[in-house]
Amino acid sequence: MPQPYRRDDGTVHPPLLWPPYKSTVLRAPAQPLVVLRHSLTELTGPLLGEGRVTAADADLTCRYSGGAVVGEAQGQRIIVHGQVRDEDGRSVPHTLVEVWQANAAGRYLHKNDQHDAPIDPNFTGAGRTLTDAEGRYRFVTIRPGAYPWGNHPNAWRPAHIHFSLFGRAFTQRLVTQMYFPGDPLFPYDPIMKSVQTPEIRDRLTARYDMDSTVDSWALAYEWDIVLRGRDATPMENPS
Amino acid sequence: MTGGLTPSQTVGPFLSLVLPWPDGPFVVEESDPDAIRIFGVVYDGSGVPVGDALVETWQADPDGYFNHPDDPREKATVPLEGPLDRGLRSAAPPGGPDFRGFGRCPTGADGTYHIVTRRPGPVPTADGTPQAPHIDVSVFARGLLNRVITRIYFPEEDVANAADPVLNSVPAERRATLIAEPAEGGYRFDVRLQGAHETVFFAI
Repeated sequence: MPQPYRRDDGTVHPPLLWPPYKSTVLRAPAQPLVVLRHSLTELTGPLLGEGRVTAADADLTCRYSGGAVVGEAQGQRIIVHGQVRDEDGRSVPHTLVEVWQANAAGRYLHKNDQHDAPIDPNFTGAGRTLTDAEGRYRFVTIRPGAYPWGNHPNAWRPAHIHFSLFGRAFTQRLVTQMYFPGDPLFPYDPIMKSVQTPEIRDRLTARYDMDSTVDSWALAYEWDIVLRGRDATPMENPS
Repeated sequence: MTGGLTPSQTVGPFLSLVLPWPDGPFVVEESDPDAIRIFGVVYDGSGVPVGDALVETWQADPDGYFNHPDDPREKATVPLEGPLDRGLRSAAPPGGPDFRGFGRCPTGADGTYHIVTRRPGPVPTADGTPQAPHIDVSVFARGLLNRVITRIYFPEEDVANAADPVLNSVPAERRATLIAEPAEGGYRFDVRLQGAHETVFFAI
């Protein structure tokens, strides 16, 4: 039996019920979670993406038709890259990373987004890639805009990119959001502030990365993602 | 080098931009001789269907094996019966069909999802005792700051279910929320995020 994964000590992930984010009020379970001992179902997980992901999927700035670029997205071109590791510092290679985001004007290409901002016909805001052998990923995209969301009067989300990761096991599955350094909307955002400790919240913010910019072409941000590590004890002892 | 775990954040209302795949609900094709269909509705605490959720499933193959290198058990490489792709990790012909074990379906405006798959086999616990056949489920949605995790068990497995260590760790009056109901065309498994008959969710 492989080693179980380390359990969250309750300080990292947000509480499920967080009334400042109104949608949690009717969706957060009210009953306590039941602790599940890890079995092979939790210690394994889907290893996806081989044959599903192409290099073009990691470039959100270009619209393709028949293999040719037929349009380019409006906005500030950026590179977003980083490494996926576990808590023990081991890289997570060949794992599927899926991203989605608003366009430069703060509008999602989604029928339910009614924000009065222009749609960019050359920007879907959807990307996919697999990490390389060292767990590294790299997207080319545009910097998303902030947008209003109706949670409270004059509520605006700070600019962010949604990330979905699988890791190596069901236990490591993570969906989160990456933010941009220095955004003045941070103190007003109940979703970001659902992470209770400021130092832990900072893990959601990318670092401006001058060394990875491309001269006369794109700015760059680096954001590493850390998934759960293995438990220190070799085996969960049967009771 | 060690690093601090990255916190979870909600999927928000626009997950359908990238997360659904056209074949996501089809762990196997509907024409598969062993295909079963599991469907249901995700409800919020006021009983309103959740139309912007994503349901993901992960499970063993019909013999209880996982398509994953961390499953340490050696599976027989020669199938005794049935087609070659019957979930055999090592016997599947190169490039041929294999059992993915993973399903993914966004809910529709009416809160419904569906997964087409094969029945999982029993899976051992860490100390080797068998668990009843089950499917692990993650639910993501706007308003969920982290996924919630549950399991689907099967109604005709009453003997195995009665001995299952995970079901037995759940208060008896809540166990029924984890057992799918027989329904026309397959099994029904509703997810109630909150309120009366709230689904049992696990910390893993």
